[in-house]
Amino acid sequence: MMTQVWDTLPQVLIDGLTLGAIYAIIALGYTMVYGILELINFAHGEIFMAGAFIGTAVLIGLTGLGWVAVMPAIFVLLLVLVITGGLTGMLGMGIERLAYRPLRKASKLITLITAIGVSFLLQDIVRFITETQQNNYIVNTPSLFPGSLSISGLNIRYSFLVVIVVAILMMIALEFFVNRTKWGLAMRAVAQDQDTASLMSVNVNKVISVTFFVGSALGGATGVLFAIHYGTIDPYIGFILGLKAFTAAVLGGIGNIRGAMAGGMLLGLLEMFAAANLSAITAGVLSSEYKDVFAFAILILVLIFRPEGLFGRAAIEKV
Amino acid sequence: MRKQVMALAMTSTLALGFLGACGNTDSASGGGSSETVKIALQAPMSGGSATLGEAIKNGAAMAVEEEKAAFEKAGFSLELVEYDDQGDPQKGVSNAQIIGSDQDVYGVVAHLNSGVFIPSSEVYERYNIPSVSPASTATDVTDRGLKSVNRIVARDDFQGPAGAEYAVQEIGAKKIFVINDKTAYGQGLATAFAEAAAEEGAEIVGEAGITVGEKDFNGVLNQVSAADPDLVYFGGLYSEGGLLIKQARDNGIDAAFMGGDGMDSSTLVEIAGDTVSNVYLTSVAGDSSATEFAKNYEDEYGAKPESFSIYGYDSAKVLMEGILDAAEENGGKLPAKDKVAAAVRAVDDYEGEMTQVSFDDKGDNEFAKIFIYKFDEASYPAKIQGEISQ
Repeated sequence: MMTQVWDTLPQVLIDGLTLGAIYAIIALGYTMVYGILELINFAHGEIFMAGAFIGTAVLIGLTGLGWVAVMPAIFVLLLVLVITGGLTGMLGMGIERLAYRPLRKASKLITLITAIGVSFLLQDIVRFITETQQNNYIVNTPSLFPGSLSISGLNIRYSFLVVIVVAILMMIALEFFVNRTKWGLAMRAVAQDQDTASLMSVNVNKVISVTFFVGSALGGATGVLFAIHYGTIDPYIGFILGLKAFTAAVLGGIGNIRGAMAGGMLLGLLEMFAAANLSAITAGVLSSEYKDVFAFAILILVLIFRPEGLFGRAAIEKV
Repeated sequence: MRKQVMALAMTSTLALGFLGACGNTDSASGGGSSETVKIALQAPMSGGSATLGEAIKNGAAMAVEEEKAAFEKAGFSLELVEYDDQGDPQKGVSNAQIIGSDQDVYGVVAHLNSGVFIPSSEVYERYNIPSVSPASTATDVTDRGLKSVNRIVARDDFQGPAGAEYAVQEIGAKKIFVINDKTAYGQGLATAFAEAAAEEGAEIVGEAGITVGEKDFNGVLNQVSAADPDLVYFGGLYSEGGLLIKQARDNGIDAAFMGGDGMDSSTLVEIAGDTVSNVYLTSVAGDSSATEFAKNYEDEYGAKPESFSIYGYDSAKVLMEGILDAAEENGGKLPAKDKVAAAVRAVDDYEGEMTQVSFDDKGDNEFAKIFIYKFDEASYPAKIQGEISQ
């Protein structure tokens, strides 16, 4: 039994890291918005999904123009990421402007429900558009990085490398943006105290818009990575993935950017490990369909013993 | 405040007017010269199995179109009413209530998914409306002994074993890994397959479940690589099946794959692409591409029929044959619905386009067969390899 766990471990790590990197970047979007507005933007999973669809559409369009065949795949990827990130960023900003800003003074529960409403709306809009286009809402993304490396029985897909590298670059860029730029400083100021920040001539609405733009652009770009790696998308991928990314954000300590990254990676690894080994560990009593239960049980344990999350600081009430 | 009252008053007037309008049209059509006979259709026209649902709907619609003249002659005006069950049992049951309360519905061509057909058929039974399923294969569909429930395809407890027999004897699989999607359909099929394969002498080297709607199956596939089987059997539908095959090939697993009729869809090929080779399917649906029906279908819809289109067609035809029989026996008038249900069950040796139909006393078709297909390349449908009679 242990030998099987041991033998599959390297492959499980690789697959888990891919999934974890995707959870991690989506989690960033949740955590940034929460850090500033204390709003759980449940529509973020759908922005990720919209990104996957927009990216696929752009990719199919570029293929149609014949650009994909002549350009190096990495340039195509960059182009798709930039276009998609820009569009989903605008989408996120628009959602904030239309659905959240008018309700900013309302109770938290109301904005939460609005967020859920927005997410259903986005699912069905995307589904409607896709079905009118091709009669079926499961879409296949052309593969940009086909093939895989095989190192002593270990199977590493090229798209895995792409996902990991791009994800890490996006995380580093975000860290830099938040900690080293004027906008980042303004975001941190608004996160601390909106009223005081506005007294210090920070345009709070603008900062919140920028936060939504950056978070949504990252989410949309992640959608592109997901579509390229897994090759098949549908309008409902955002729901489960979004929920898990949110969980990852909580696991790392919501509001904390590094925590979200670590939480995402950890959750991805745990889930993949459980999917591969649950039946071996429990001698067939539990099988891999219980992987989510396993991952979430660990989440609950962590939160019982460390309610602020792995990387969060215990909140100090403002007096 | 006054504005709101006004608005309320206006909307309610509108609503009343609308209801009134509906009532008028109803009485107008009811007062026509001929009696209306409605055939209801329920299948998933949206959701993950929409491809198959649409296929059934189109087939049934063609059958109804063709039978209109015959019904006209008997003094009835025939109509097809469509409902989308979304592959969801709750939606199916609530549609079934609407169908049941419609006096003019004398038969239902219903349900792709057994999980939807089973609860919905309880409602049809309550209203004595005969139903014929073109695709539901779970044993429970007919094993409950309901008088109005029939199907024209084979049962799961036959499909699984037929696949196992082929896998072990023809493909020569000795080590088999079984995966299912934990739905009533997937689990039932996978269990029946695993038991029969073990009896045939193969070794089941592992069993695992996946979740419907997920996109990353690498965890399960790691178990498969570790077990190194000759054949992987998947009980489930094409959207997960296609991904499973694709990700397995990406992970370097080149074992043969086998699945049930839930994988029998062109979308499977779209998802899996070139990785679909060396994949076997057992299906309750035969290859209809050479039939007259297929030609008409393509003329009508501008696309090739899916596997279940012709079964939707045959189901509707059998149903309508039963209704006409019942009317004839009743002197040209429509009898009570339980008589219609009995007449549908009594349909004997009906020669359909695809399958011959005689229902046994449970409602299973005595002539149902299992067909074995294999994909060699990324094109749909797969090549037929053989058929096994019940």
